[in-house]
Amino acid sequence: MPQIPINTQQITKSKQLAKEIADQVQLFINDHASVSVERSVLRLYGVDGIDHNDTPLPNRLVEILQQQGDLNGGISRPFASAMLKSGLNAQQTAEQVEQGQLKLDNIANFSSIELDNREQALALEAIKVMDRSNARKHAKIAKNPLPPQPWRYLIVATGNIYEDCTQAESAAYSGADMIAVIRSTAQSLIDYVPYGPTTEGFGGTYATQANFRIMRDTLDKASIEQGRHIRLVNYASGLCMAEIAACAAFEDLDVLLNDSMYGILFRDINMQRTFIDQHFSRLICARAKILINTGEDNYLTTADAVDNAHTVTASQLINEAMAKNAGLTDDLLGLGHAFEINPEIENAFLYELAHAELARALFPDAPLKYMPPTKYKSTDIFYSHCMDTLFNMASVMTHQGIHLTGILTEALHTPLMQDRYKSISSVNYVFNAARGLGDELEYKQNGFIVKRAQQVLDEAEALLERTKLDGLMQTIEQGAFGDIKRPMEGGKGLEGVFEKGVNYTNPVMDLLEGRS
Amino acid sequence: MKEPIKPYGDTLNDGMVQLSFTLPVENGPRAMKAAEVYVSQLNFNKISVVHAQKISDGFTYFMVYAEANPSIDYSTIEATEMEFEHMDFYTINALIKETLNRPLRVVGGTIGNDAHTVGIDAIMNMKGYNQDYGLERYPEIDADNLGSQIPCQEMVEYAVRHHADAILVSQTVTQKDSHILHLTELIDLLDKQGLRDQYLLLAGGAKISHELAIKLGYDAGFGPGTLPSQVASLLITKIIERAA
Repeated sequence: MPQIPINTQQITKSKQLAKEIADQVQLFINDHASVSVERSVLRLYGVDGIDHNDTPLPNRLVEILQQQGDLNGGISRPFASAMLKSGLNAQQTAEQVEQGQLKLDNIANFSSIELDNREQALALEAIKVMDRSNARKHAKIAKNPLPPQPWRYLIVATGNIYEDCTQAESAAYSGADMIAVIRSTAQSLIDYVPYGPTTEGFGGTYATQANFRIMRDTLDKASIEQGRHIRLVNYASGLCMAEIAACAAFEDLDVLLNDSMYGILFRDINMQRTFIDQHFSRLICARAKILINTGEDNYLTTADAVDNAHTVTASQLINEAMAKNAGLTDDLLGLGHAFEINPEIENAFLYELAHAELARALFPDAPLKYMPPTKYKSTDIFYSHCMDTLFNMASVMTHQGIHLTGILTEALHTPLMQDRYKSISSVNYVFNAARGLGDELEYKQNGFIVKRAQQVLDEAEALLERTKLDGLMQTIEQGAFGDIKRPMEGGKGLEGVFEKGVNYTNPVMDLLEGRS
Repeated sequence: MKEPIKPYGDTLNDGMVQLSFTLPVENGPRAMKAAEVYVSQLNFNKISVVHAQKISDGFTYFMVYAEANPSIDYSTIEATEMEFEHMDFYTINALIKETLNRPLRVVGGTIGNDAHTVGIDAIMNMKGYNQDYGLERYPEIDADNLGSQIPCQEMVEYAVRHHADAILVSQTVTQKDSHILHLTELIDLLDKQGLRDQYLLLAGGAKISHELAIKLGYDAGFGPGTLPSQVASLLITKIIERAA
């Protein structure tokens, strides 16, 4: 590897451009925080549960601080002060604050050294939450090792977490290496994390900490039965990126979809809000060793997969650079791309190979996330099954990392147990039959595939040049990604963004960024 | 004149049908027999369970061939068919100009809590679908795609404010019949406000049929694989009908 000859100087230059773009955004991020970042800090300090209106306590406490007009100092210090005053643990303190028995505004009662020490102790405990999760995952993988790539990723989406477990057991039995619990429709747009086990959802099942735990237990049992570590995937993109990362760290999730660009373009989340949230979310993922998946594959569902292939590449490079700014290492970068070219185009498969090999060459150590066809899936399930089989071939040939298993009923309904079985049996067949094929092949110099890969990289480099000049946020405003325009002040969640005050503290972020 | 028909395999009236399903039992001879008995209760003959596969503890997947018993009289079958000529981009634009002498105003979106824009985007976005231009590309159409998760009330207000001729509603999520609920909610809202007849109302989605849409009170329904030019053809055809 890489199988495809690409100009290494051009790769270096493109990565440098992406780094400069990410650093520009980082300057903005560094000066701001959000309600969701503050709620994540509370969660990591040990605050959980809901009030009598089902509002999570982290939300209530941040609201109380906001109503007092004190949010720009961050929640950490007022909360540490409340704990010093109450002499209780984090959860009990939060309950007292919520019930109005304790105020969040008596910082003056304690010396700054007392407050510093208390905050530091809480932050160290928060770090331990992430470190313990990482250690537990290591121990599990030592007993039941990770299977070879591409990892077979299957979704469950019944709306009922217990039914999801039945579906996941079946998927694991047939060969799944990763189980993703699709979230209930529109969860990305709600500004809190729902609480407790859920049995009703639309198009999926709510991401809650309790649901994470229930599915993790099921997969732990399946891992032992199958003799391989079966990973649990959920989705963080949306208004609660950092909080969902915190919940995931408590419950040993292995993978999170974690992509601001996706939230901005496809869920109309405000870009300022989600870039801020993403950074803290990714810091948590880096420490808890949660692999992130990004959503570039979605660009090709709204824009043409041939004309806009370079936007995927450019976005992957930017996403990589932003991830590195949060301390994520190559092995944790499931950068996304997709097999979405119109099957009626002559040589569609050659284009797909060119795009897949380019991604492989640009990110040789990243477990790339490869998305199956969706846009041109037919309600003729037998035809769709054939499309998936060709996708499986491209994936194994080009050494992709995370293989999102295409389902023959994609265009119809959330998968039935038997749909999942049919799909994974095709994956198993093709992966086994062609396991070493990619290592045997070299692409013809100046052939169709090599030239196409080069063209996409050239176009991506040009887009990065333009993005660097205009700035990432401005380039999104112009509709350069996914053919979708999003204004900087538009979308959901901007009201939750604030500028950090001079007295702002977030010792968890300081520790994660190596500042203390 | 009666026209009896039944499924065709390789001989007329052989009734051949293929079935696949899962039973919540462990695979084995009893499971195979259970599949056969189950299919016999569906009124099939000559049942052969050709494949049985364990797909989880306590679940078995079957493939079955069987011969169907009933015949139906095709001459008595009626369906709600859409009657319109499928025209191309240029013809449609010319017709709109000739008929209305102003742009045709279309507002579209995904209503309710459904976050999927894939359907509405395929029809409305500039790019279109499968080499067929989207409505935004039509010079004679003012197309506003509001996106996903649009509350019905907001959709109606937008249509009123922008003097829309047509409202296009997309629904992808069908779990627990949420698409029916949303589509009905919109109709009820329009009825209540006495606005139903002001607009051409079109529904679209993977599980939407013309028949379902008509049943719910819409003017037309479009299923998977629909091209933007089909939607535009229907719109101008209906506009001409109404004008006449």
